[in-house]
Amino acid sequence: MTTRNTKVMNRFDVTSRLIAKLKHEEAVIGGIGNTNFDLWAAGHRPQNFYMLGSMGLAFPIALGVALAQPDRRVFALEGDGSLLMQLGALSTIAALKPKNLIMIVMDNGIYQITGAQPTPAASVADIVGIATASGLANSAWAADEEDFERLVEEAMSRSEPSLIAVRIDDKPGVGTTRRDPVQIRERFMHGLGVREPL
Amino acid sequence: MAIAEQQAQAAQGSGDKSWHGIVLQTLKRNEISLIPYVPDRVLTPLIKNLHADPFFTTFATAREEEAVGIVSGAWMGGRRGAVLMQTSGFATLANVLASLAVPYQIPLIMFVSERGTLGEFNYGQSLVCRTMRPVLDSLALEHHTITRLDELEFIADRSIKQAVTTQAPVALILNPLLTGGKTFDK
Repeated sequence: MTTRNTKVMNRFDVTSRLIAKLKHEEAVIGGIGNTNFDLWAAGHRPQNFYMLGSMGLAFPIALGVALAQPDRRVFALEGDGSLLMQLGALSTIAALKPKNLIMIVMDNGIYQITGAQPTPAASVADIVGIATASGLANSAWAADEEDFERLVEEAMSRSEPSLIAVRIDDKPGVGTTRRDPVQIRERFMHGLGVREPL
Repeated sequence: MAIAEQQAQAAQGSGDKSWHGIVLQTLKRNEISLIPYVPDRVLTPLIKNLHADPFFTTFATAREEEAVGIVSGAWMGGRRGAVLMQTSGFATLANVLASLAVPYQIPLIMFVSERGTLGEFNYGQSLVCRTMRPVLDSLALEHHTITRLDELEFIADRSIKQAVTTQAPVALILNPLLTGGKTFDK
């Protein structure tokens, strides 16, 4: 980890840069905690889904959306602690090769929302190494903000899944997601064109 | 050999009359096409036939929670799915049921192969099985234990339709009396 030549970025800034690039009603699944708060704060979109529990399932939920709507790009935002809880999902995704799924991992090595305790793999495990070895060949660390934007663009033109890992600081999330699960799901389904509003 | 197993094997020749044939046809009729699973010996013929049928997208996941996440996402994206697992797999799901399927009102359809009962020889399976119905009951989650071939289609078909129309999860427990279960010599 010490050899990684990557800048420590800010999650809200990186999330905002991602959202600014979305022009085609792409779906975005926000993992629990600060990942979710920053997605909310970056500007609410009907195509955003906010998780309020089920830690580690941002990628599986996004995979389900991607399989249901193969013509829509689907992004998932996950923290390093959450991902560690469900590493098997990387192999499942690699085996299925959904052409429209883009995974983003915000890695600060801590469980920030519970008091900043280090994750069990902090400073020893390499998320991109794990993803690559799980079969996700298009996995990369973003060196800086510009590189992150370039990787997002590259991923959006691919017909294979991609994973982008970002080293982030320990700043708390900017907003607070409204905690109404049914409203979140219903709005998301409207955003995906599955439902019409009443 | 269990009577149910003999019946199930005898029915395999006639295709749709086996328990797994009925499950497959019921899924198809209800437009449930995405089937992630963590396998169980008893589910083998169902899983094999789902893989063989191009209507279905069938694949293994590393963990049952993952499969629940996938079909939940798929439902929101407009595609119906169901998860296949055994009782020990169900035992890993309390968190995802209580924090995703139930509060977000997602019609999660689960087929659970019931291990740990009626002659089970694996101590771990038998204890873990006893945790299943208390978990389902504590979440007020609809569940049915299917023991008879002649009731399978009605229970499965109606339960799926109820799950979809009421946007609530359902567990269909496939008892050894239906499937033959896992036998001592395997």
